[in-house]
Amino acid sequence: MSSADPAGGGTGSTTATEDRQQALLEDLTTRLGDAVVGSHIRSSDLWVRVRPDAWLRAARECKAMGFEYFCYLSGIDWLPHTWPNPKVIEGVLPDADDEAALPVDENAVEEVEVEEPAAGGGIVTGYAGGDTRFQVLARLYSTIRHIGVTLKADLDDVTPSIDSWTSEFPGADWCERETWEMYGFDFAGHPNLIKLYLPGEFEGFPMRKDFPLLAREVKPWPGLVDVEQFPASYKSDD
Amino acid sequence: MAVTDQQRLSYIASQAADARLAVELQTEEMTLNLGPQHPATHGTLRIVAKLDGEQVVKADVICGYMHRGYEKLTEVRTYPQINTLINRIDWLSSFANEVPFILAAEDLMEIEAPPRAQWIRTLLFELSRIANITLFIGEMGVQLGAITPVFFAFRDREYVLNLIEEATGGRFHPNFDRIGGLKDDLPKGWIAETKQAMDRIRGYCDELENLLMGNEIFEARTRGVGVIPADVGLSYGLSGANIRASGVDWDLRRDAPSPLAWKELDWKVWTHPDGDSFARYWVRLQETREATKMVDQLLDGLPSGPIQAKVPRIIKVPAGEAWAHTENPLGEMGYYVVSQGGLGPFRVKIRSASFHNISIVPWLLKGVYVPDIITILSSLYFILGDIDR
Amino acid sequence: MFAVEIPYWQLTILKTVIVLSIIPAAAVVLGYVFLLKMMAHMQSRMGPMEPGGFHGWFQLIGDGIKFIQKEDIIPGEADRRVFAMAPLVVLISTFLLYVVVPAGPRLVVQNLDVGIFYALAVSSLGVIGVLMAGWASANKFALLGSLRAAGQLIAYELPLVLAVVGVVIQANTMSLQGIVHAQADGAIFGLSWFGNPFILTQLVGFGIFLAAAQAELTQTPFDMPVAESELVAGYMTEYSGFRFLFFFMAEFGTAFALSAIAATLYFGGWYQPFFKTGIMADVMGPVVLGAKIMLIAFLIFWIRFTFPRFREDQLQAFAWKFLIPLSLINIMATAVFKVVL
Repeated sequence: MSSADPAGGGTGSTTATEDRQQALLEDLTTRLGDAVVGSHIRSSDLWVRVRPDAWLRAARECKAMGFEYFCYLSGIDWLPHTWPNPKVIEGVLPDADDEAALPVDENAVEEVEVEEPAAGGGIVTGYAGGDTRFQVLARLYSTIRHIGVTLKADLDDVTPSIDSWTSEFPGADWCERETWEMYGFDFAGHPNLIKLYLPGEFEGFPMRKDFPLLAREVKPWPGLVDVEQFPASYKSDD
Repeated sequence: MAVTDQQRLSYIASQAADARLAVELQTEEMTLNLGPQHPATHGTLRIVAKLDGEQVVKADVICGYMHRGYEKLTEVRTYPQINTLINRIDWLSSFANEVPFILAAEDLMEIEAPPRAQWIRTLLFELSRIANITLFIGEMGVQLGAITPVFFAFRDREYVLNLIEEATGGRFHPNFDRIGGLKDDLPKGWIAETKQAMDRIRGYCDELENLLMGNEIFEARTRGVGVIPADVGLSYGLSGANIRASGVDWDLRRDAPSPLAWKELDWKVWTHPDGDSFARYWVRLQETREATKMVDQLLDGLPSGPIQAKVPRIIKVPAGEAWAHTENPLGEMGYYVVSQGGLGPFRVKIRSASFHNISIVPWLLKGVYVPDIITILSSLYFILGDIDR
Repeated sequence: MFAVEIPYWQLTILKTVIVLSIIPAAAVVLGYVFLLKMMAHMQSRMGPMEPGGFHGWFQLIGDGIKFIQKEDIIPGEADRRVFAMAPLVVLISTFLLYVVVPAGPRLVVQNLDVGIFYALAVSSLGVIGVLMAGWASANKFALLGSLRAAGQLIAYELPLVLAVVGVVIQANTMSLQGIVHAQADGAIFGLSWFGNPFILTQLVGFGIFLAAAQAELTQTPFDMPVAESELVAGYMTEYSGFRFLFFFMAEFGTAFALSAIAATLYFGGWYQPFFKTGIMADVMGPVVLGAKIMLIAFLIFWIRFTFPRFREDQLQAFAWKFLIPLSLINIMATAVFKVVL
């Protein structure tokens, strides 16, 4: 039992956190060698992308470095959205770029310039880069050093497969089962790769971007499209 | 972390159960199906236990009866809409679900809420912690056969829910947190009422301590039952009071950088070295009491000022990835938000605490008796919506 | 009896009707007073307040009517005849208990010479019904519950009998009427006005009796057979409608009967110091006995609402390692005092 330390790692010490993350990245790079293919440091976290064949080795090295807390493991599909993005539905939503169309709001400030996603169905990957459509990502944390790292690895587009972490972190068991059923990633060496959430006869991988969300096919944007006007807003001569 | 004798004995017992499974003794095993409709699982969790007499040889957890696919649903919603959705993950402390998601979005937008908003956030966060854990403290009694504590829990929790309702308009699903601040300021007279309610909750904690802690039967049912060594717990991803009860001195409120006001309060992280069900109960009880003290301090030091930072009317989050996690009543809750610059996120990974806390159950249930299944499940404390998301 | 001689067959019918009506009446009284009101107030709530007007007194009768209206469901896999009979077997064992309990000098159905022996014997008949219910339900929870009930009965029948042996030694008789008279005529420290209730000399025995009775009744902290958080409802899981009502009535009827036996053994039964014989003793007897029963039932239910439950192995250990040795010591001490004094 120890009392709270008001000085430790406050919000203001972003640069100190980034320094620690930098040191950690260097340590990881020396341990994993050329298996580290990409990295990114941002105030909230450290991202490291490793080669898929070094996925299990990365877990082992991290555990040896004191990252003994298994936070989560999941996947990501970088294929762009297949359903219409709300902002392209013409005339329904006030155009965000057209300030005049908006009701006057005194709190509104200059809008942050947003980078438009690349057009033409191209894949845009996130921090630490990526070469393929699928990525597996996992986060480890050290409860003593109070620092975490998000690991990523690229997976093959057609037969996504990677080593299982269950030998190092038994908690990865359920996470890998979930990722397997949701994304169709195969985890080599998993002792019991069966469905976790979905019914046994379910077909398809629902978290993949090309898996249609039926509710959205039928009714594209409830809440944005179908907002009924309040009775008071109808004019009397309507 | 030193491993106690109890932990060693429990480990040996589970090894013995393994060995028995391998040797296949002549006794006939019975498969007992606890759930999905069973009073102990308070929700639709299913546990399939292979029994030798009343001893569990092997147990499997089957979840997903309430899987709602939130991670998929977030991809077709705007940020304010998601805020409503994620209220339903851990439904006993809904406000605490909103905070890490909003923090992740604010991190990406590089907005920071004004201090008063941060303090009120912390205040509501701790109130929802109290609303959540008081129920656990009573619930544990009813799972062990003492029906009285749960009624005390409902009685006193009511006051906290009323407070949350007065401040946010919602008893269970406040949907009160906004990117860059809060929906509203606190109502008049709320601070005095809250202080009274906190006194009441402290009285409730004392009452429960008298009722259950000194009770020989309660101790006999919980001490040495479901011992989790610290390293095993960490590798399974256990967090919150479950891992602090195994002696790991780790609390994200103290240890993680956060814009919320925890750092400015004087409080204590409670740990217990035993790692058994009793330790988990004890830690949670102390945390509830600690939370009431934190609420008192927050009420005293509440800064004045605006409660909403300047944000664009239509919220568009710049491209990027962010991870925000907080110490929720059930454990670490985090959101990994990937944005590609639209009105909604590209991908949200929801790291919910109960999912990982329950994943240790198959390991933990080896070699225990049927009544201990109930003790272990209720001492690990899960909310089904937090497992199935 | 009552100056008018009633023919034997009429008397028998009268006695049967009275005893048969006692069981639902006892269930309603105990259920209402303790379950709906005392427990509710201990837990800071009201309990039912609407039915019947005054503090919801009609609630349990209404519940009874509801149970009778319900469909009588028998699971497809169940052994139908055994399943249907089991609640009756349990109820009969409760019914038989009332035969020997005296409510006044002449108010007893049958004053058996081995009254207490008979009472303890028939009280354990109920577990046959429980085993039948558990086995015939074709449900694993029910089976586990009924086996636990059987194991519990074997463990707790022993301290129950051994605790009673102390009273029997002191009273020199096994007839319950005789035990009441022994307490009425006895004296302690030269004071004979209120007799010698055995609670004063058999306090340890009373404690053991109460604990064992708690286990017989499958009340918390010994309610593993019906542990609702583990076994749903134990052997009663598959029962519904009036068969469930039978189990409910049997549970509370047995609680009432065992309280009556405890009141007779340790509190002097129907005896009060003012009217020792005559018609007034018969009139006052049921009232006094009823008051003593409510006192003991209060203890039983108070414990039930306060404690968590034991685990099965802890329960067995408590019986064999603590209660039985203690009751043997109690018998030895009683016997020694009996010989010495």
